[in-house]
Amino acid sequence: MTWVNAVIQGLLLGGLYALIACGLSLTFGVMRIVNLAHGDLAVCGAYLGLVLSSAAGVPVWYTLPLLLPAAFAAGVGLEVLLFGRALRHGVLAPVLVTFGLSVMIENLLQVAATADPRGLNGGALALGSFHLGSITVSWLFLTTFLTACVVLAGLQLALSRTSWGRKVRATSDDLDTARLVGIKVRPVFASVAGIAIGTAALAGVFIGTIGTFDPLTGTNILIFAFEAVVIGGIGSLWGTLAGGVIMGVTQVVVGEINQAYAVLAVNLVFLAVLTVRPGGLFTSHQTAGEIRGAGIGGALG
Amino acid sequence: MRREEAIGSRDAEPSVTPVAVSRWSRTASAFTGACVVAVAIGVAVPYVIGGPAEQPLITLLTFIAVATLWNLLAGFSGLTSFGQQAYIGVGAYALYLVAEHGINPFGGIIAAAAVAAVVALPVSALVLRLTGGYFAVATLVVAATFQIIATLSPSVGGTTGVAVPGLAGYSDVLREALTYWATLVVAVSSVAGVYLLVRRTFGLDARAVGSDPVGAAASGVRVGRIRLLAYLVAAGGAGAVGALIALQTLYVEPTSAFSIQYSVDMLFMVLIGGMATIEGPIVGALVLFALQETLSAYGAWYLVIVGGLAVVTTLVAPRGLWGLASERFGWSLLPVGYLVRQPRTGTGRRGHDRE
Repeated sequence: MTWVNAVIQGLLLGGLYALIACGLSLTFGVMRIVNLAHGDLAVCGAYLGLVLSSAAGVPVWYTLPLLLPAAFAAGVGLEVLLFGRALRHGVLAPVLVTFGLSVMIENLLQVAATADPRGLNGGALALGSFHLGSITVSWLFLTTFLTACVVLAGLQLALSRTSWGRKVRATSDDLDTARLVGIKVRPVFASVAGIAIGTAALAGVFIGTIGTFDPLTGTNILIFAFEAVVIGGIGSLWGTLAGGVIMGVTQVVVGEINQAYAVLAVNLVFLAVLTVRPGGLFTSHQTAGEIRGAGIGGALG
Repeated sequence: MRREEAIGSRDAEPSVTPVAVSRWSRTASAFTGACVVAVAIGVAVPYVIGGPAEQPLITLLTFIAVATLWNLLAGFSGLTSFGQQAYIGVGAYALYLVAEHGINPFGGIIAAAAVAAVVALPVSALVLRLTGGYFAVATLVVAATFQIIATLSPSVGGTTGVAVPGLAGYSDVLREALTYWATLVVAVSSVAGVYLLVRRTFGLDARAVGSDPVGAAASGVRVGRIRLLAYLVAAGGAGAVGALIALQTLYVEPTSAFSIQYSVDMLFMVLIGGMATIEGPIVGALVLFALQETLSAYGAWYLVIVGGLAVVTTLVAPRGLWGLASERFGWSLLPVGYLVRQPRTGTGRRGHDRE
């Protein structure tokens, strides 16, 4: 029963990883930017939730109507100020710019909020749990998992059914052709960046409620998000969920044996996937070739 | 002139304007001479000034070494690794392990470099499958994994770390002087080694791979081999630097040995100084050194400024300070390309085309 319990807890934890990762997957898929500040922006979301909820004296959930639009606006602002400009300087510039941004955010947070670990007030939801046979399921973890599913399904529906989604997919497939047929690319990029940072902030709120966070947590969040994206495969949102679940289950099951090896096991699963299927487990051939890029190097070198 | 005419008549085409291709200049000779003098003065520092000058110079020389090596990787070959701290850590632990087995710690620096390069070989098989930002984060994952492995290994002290053995026989003055000289050797051989490497065909190939891997492969460059060589050299160099850091701090501990701060420093120096030049990383190292000396009292603000300057430089002056200077004044102290000159004709104009 311990193992069934571990798998279920891991599955629920995987939802959190998928929620962190979907924004990273989206910005890469559409803008071809790997946002190295993604984790730090999630931590910013958690700090904003902390400030708002302690100012109003309410659980952090009530601040979401204010927090999420703010995060969306921040994403749009970053696109206009940094990402869009960086893209004009070639493929290296976005990597360098977002890494510089990450360093700035981490240290600004240290100045503003000190290095003390913090937690968020999750109200009654954070404390409650229910029993499923002999297995205890926390309402908070279940909510996190369901939120991740709703966000991923919503994104998937919006991408496949709406006119906005058609523009995003066209831009993602071929930027120049999208421009030729009259799509205004900058608003598409701005909205994608806004949604990515919005989901990051939402994930940050869940991270802060489930555990603690400090200004330097962002790098670890980035690593987890990145691993979920690569294991699942770029460009596939359901793949990202599967990637997150594989990581969560690995972490909890290995943690059941020895807690010290849990994160190491996740990293090793990631490296193993990289060895066997560098394009991810649930991806098409085309996208796999795009991220590898080095395929030709492998063939000729 | 006769030869050009001969070629021209054989091909029945108008004669080609003869051009002179040079790879060196008087300025370069003078600057190389100045460098030799500077290194000679550097060697004499422990005799003349001693301890107070050694510590800051060790910091500066370490900066120059890591910046130059990262430039080989990111600047020339287009591999923006943010996980070089993996090999700095491996070098530091390798130094501990060889010293533990009775080998002289200063000789152990070479062993540390070799161990780092050997460890990099299987890792390269994984990470070199990726490019751009994905390569960057994958290297970060590798560094994080190495750090966890170090914390889980009781033989190297786990989370608490270990003191570097084998140094009891040295007086403090001698040990510091030897560490300084070793740092000088590593810094000078990094700069000279990378310089000589990129002056070879490798340099041209690496820049082709960095700017357009598909185009490079199509023109016959062996992309995989170039990337592998750059990755292994950079890892070996980082291993040597890690060993030096262990010798300076006398203690090896996972959090500081695998600190991402090393990557932040490398990125900053190479960006500020100018990517894909030999002079740029040295300029960047001097700038970071000056910033650290003046601003480190401000704690986190110092890093906010460092990160901010990196962002602004990428967007406003992507070729860095040295790039701006050499563009403006035509400076090239350590040329890596080809200077093509047309002989003075009636108009007296001279064509510049480096590369």
